[in-house]
Amino acid sequence: MAMQQPIEGGAREGALKSGSNLEKLLAAGHFAVTGELEPPKSHDAEIVRKRVEIVAGCLDAANITDNQTAIVRMSSIAGGILLTQCGLEPVIQMTCRDRNRLAMQSDLLGAAAHGIRNVLCLSGDHQSFGNHPGAKNVHDIDSMQLIRMVREMRDESRFQCGEEIPGGGPRFFIGAAANPFADPAELRPYRLAKKVAAGADFVQTQLVYDLDHFRRYMARVVDMGLHEKVSILAGVGPLKSTGMARYMRDKVPGMMVPDVFVDRMAHAVEGIDKDDKAARQEAWRAEGIQICIELVQELKQIEGVAGVHIMAIGWETAVRPIVEGAGLMPRPKVDA
Amino acid sequence: MIVAEQKPLDAVIDLLSGHRKVLAVGCGTCVAVCFAGGKKEVGMLASALRMARGLDDQPLEVDETTVQRQCEAEYIESLAEKIGAYDAVVSLGCGVGVQFLAERFPETRVVPALDTKFMGGPTEAGVWEERCQGCGSCMLGSTGGVCPISRCAKQLMNGPCGGSKDGHCEIDPGIPCAWQLIWERMDKLGRLEELMEIQAPKDWSTSRDGGLRRVVRDDLRLPKADED
Repeated sequence: MAMQQPIEGGAREGALKSGSNLEKLLAAGHFAVTGELEPPKSHDAEIVRKRVEIVAGCLDAANITDNQTAIVRMSSIAGGILLTQCGLEPVIQMTCRDRNRLAMQSDLLGAAAHGIRNVLCLSGDHQSFGNHPGAKNVHDIDSMQLIRMVREMRDESRFQCGEEIPGGGPRFFIGAAANPFADPAELRPYRLAKKVAAGADFVQTQLVYDLDHFRRYMARVVDMGLHEKVSILAGVGPLKSTGMARYMRDKVPGMMVPDVFVDRMAHAVEGIDKDDKAARQEAWRAEGIQICIELVQELKQIEGVAGVHIMAIGWETAVRPIVEGAGLMPRPKVDA
Repeated sequence: MIVAEQKPLDAVIDLLSGHRKVLAVGCGTCVAVCFAGGKKEVGMLASALRMARGLDDQPLEVDETTVQRQCEAEYIESLAEKIGAYDAVVSLGCGVGVQFLAERFPETRVVPALDTKFMGGPTEAGVWEERCQGCGSCMLGSTGGVCPISRCAKQLMNGPCGGSKDGHCEIDPGIPCAWQLIWERMDKLGRLEELMEIQAPKDWSTSRDGGLRRVVRDDLRLPKADED
């Protein structure tokens, strides 16, 4: 990709675009592990710190969601600053739903000023799913245009309007989302290619449960040579119950959950008294984590998969057993 | 056409609270075609208002008239003679019609009986669907004749998003995914590779964001009227 400039402070970092831990690990060829932390629906910083403690040492970087599912929470950048203070590298998320190009660029400058170096560029869940369904959505630019804007800020030191950024642009490792399971299926690798052309450095995918479908997608991605231009982190997440597995299979647009996993979740609680909720939950959670570990191990074998992105929203304690169970501990260290 | 829908009767009754004699003005163009504000709908609304107010012992006199277009001065001029006899006008025009009436008759209160919905057309009997948001710089030439500004819930210009499933939009399975339609159409036209071009951020200054919009055609202007 065009116009890489050396980062100040050392020739060793010259080839890096942002110098983030995530970028360095991927550049060194390590299998990366990222995760997702949900900021609180409050201004309580302690909640963020506690969530960081739970996953400490398990993740190379953690996404802080940006009003995910259009529900108001602490801002991604503010949460990201708290993570930085706790020693966990954040991936801030930025949706096109809530900000126009002015607000986005100003927030990116602010995030960079606080030492944030990873940003995931998203369209954003539609506000009708959230707790302010009457809100006006912005969508001044779309996720593709956001990716390109962040790249041009970094590589060409230009604002979207073309004006020069004094002193050089903020240096972000640029992330994008990809959903291999949405329709039209044949378009999905091309959409990824477009995001790569726009400037994506890494990609985090929708939750993968249907490995056959994902393998077909990745085969096409590898055919197109995209895996050499972008680091692809496959999304995984532990199922919590049979009901959740069924709901995700039947109700969530753009999700594919094979019956075998729904059945395994159902089998997990066979023979346990329906009224013994604690025992059922424990059995479900153990099976959910086990399935997730198996998925990670399978994904690791697929050509072009550079890491995994663990989405255990609201269940941060699942992260450690998944990473440990998949044999991905301890996390590699790269020089700061 | 401009598609509109009648407000709930109670809302119109609320708007006319305190008035005793009103003129209901229909419009014979878009809102007549979508069965919201033509001559027939004026008659039905007027009857409903009379009945409802009569039942409340607050009789309301409602006269009825329908002009060809409320959005053109020459058509509403015919109301000038009689408007003084009414203490309010209830317009069954679109938002443009209501405002043109209010501008022409500043002494008379004009209230809307319709909610103006969108620019679109009928897709089947009794169903109208949006097709245009008047963004002021049409991109249909690069999207196979399917508008992502009016038809994609996120106005994606490089779509589709990850919520497109079985041809439907994630926010409502009854709504087709605009980008699925664009993809299919461009495929049929043999122009899929054009969708790989990244559309640059749109210049919204031609849209609502740029403030009140005007179209000025010097070749059609009357020089004398222009100069005062």
